[in-house]
Amino acid sequence: MKQNFFYSPLNEGSFGGNSFDGFDERLWEYIDGSGTPEERSSIEKLLETNRVWKEKYHELLEVHQLMQTSALDEPSLRFTKNVMEEIAKYQIAPATNTYINKRVIWGIGTFFIVLIVGFLIYSFSQVDWTSNSGSTLPINIPKVDFSKIFNNTYVNVFMMINVVLGLMLLDRFLASRNKNIHKEA
Amino acid sequence: MSTGPSDSEIISLVLKGDYNAYSQLVERYKSYVFTLTLRFTKNREDAEEVSQDIFIKAYRALADFKGTAKFSTWLYTIVNTTCITFLRKKKLDVRSLDDEKTFEVADSQDSGFRANQVEQKSRQNMVNRAIAMLNPDDGEIITLFYKNEQSLEEIGSILGIEVNAAKVRLHRARARLKEKMEKYFAEEVRDL
Repeated sequence: MKQNFFYSPLNEGSFGGNSFDGFDERLWEYIDGSGTPEERSSIEKLLETNRVWKEKYHELLEVHQLMQTSALDEPSLRFTKNVMEEIAKYQIAPATNTYINKRVIWGIGTFFIVLIVGFLIYSFSQVDWTSNSGSTLPINIPKVDFSKIFNNTYVNVFMMINVVLGLMLLDRFLASRNKNIHKEA
Repeated sequence: MSTGPSDSEIISLVLKGDYNAYSQLVERYKSYVFTLTLRFTKNREDAEEVSQDIFIKAYRALADFKGTAKFSTWLYTIVNTTCITFLRKKKLDVRSLDDEKTFEVADSQDSGFRANQVEQKSRQNMVNRAIAMLNPDDGEIITLFYKNEQSLEEIGSILGIEVNAAKVRLHRARARLKEKMEKYFAEEVRDL
């Protein structure tokens, strides 16, 4: 097995009809014990029947075992003493949630929501609801006069910041929802 | 990982004012933190200083530890951010050590791997030297997975990435580690 450690079946050519893509990844997943039972059994079958897969498996397994046997590095003998001497000078800071006032957070959030709602109300108030432009929609968007609002750089920058913050919030929400789905699975 | 009181028991003692109890946590995790830090700093002096800083930061922020994740996962998040800050400050060359010249530089750095000749040929030493040659990101993820006993989910949380991204990064790091072994330690591997 030792002489096979650096042997790469990827250079050999034939893969027994299997794609080169994700070859290592599939074997690493198998070695780590992850992957679905179907995937594991299909790899087990390949390991029994395909010499190239078997050799690559032993090669990766050896690297895996080498990494598992590697030792941790140790700091100096005085390390703990030094840390304890240093922390004697400090106090534990109060938990973040105790000094961040939730009312302030809610206040900022409310401000932005009021701003966006106000902008929407203004936009809709500009629409001539009585006119019949022949469109199926009651709103004739080109008639809304946005130039009164977006007439200087500061307002544009401010609105852009709002949009970015909104997208960041949406991203965090979707990421946390995704995480919960993974946990449940 | 350890015997004696659990991490959360020690933390509640510290939060109640028994600051000496914190030494148990330092003792328990110092090797893990130091090894991880060494992946970034590449020398023992800086690693010791940064590790000390990490334990001080963790102590000061202990009230923020909610107990929803393992203490080690929370601690390694501090390791990750502190080491990244350290690299930015030092403006270290974080490129992968690919060529012979940089390999020689890495080899000459005092990373605690220069023991005697026999020891250098040992399995552990060879792997440590190969990991030390990787770029900090690769060294970190391999150390977290193999030495610090963190799952891919926990690694994702430490590095602020998705589980699948952590998996891909680990695969790539292992592939690069294997390359280093093939390139620089072929003889040692044959002798093992």
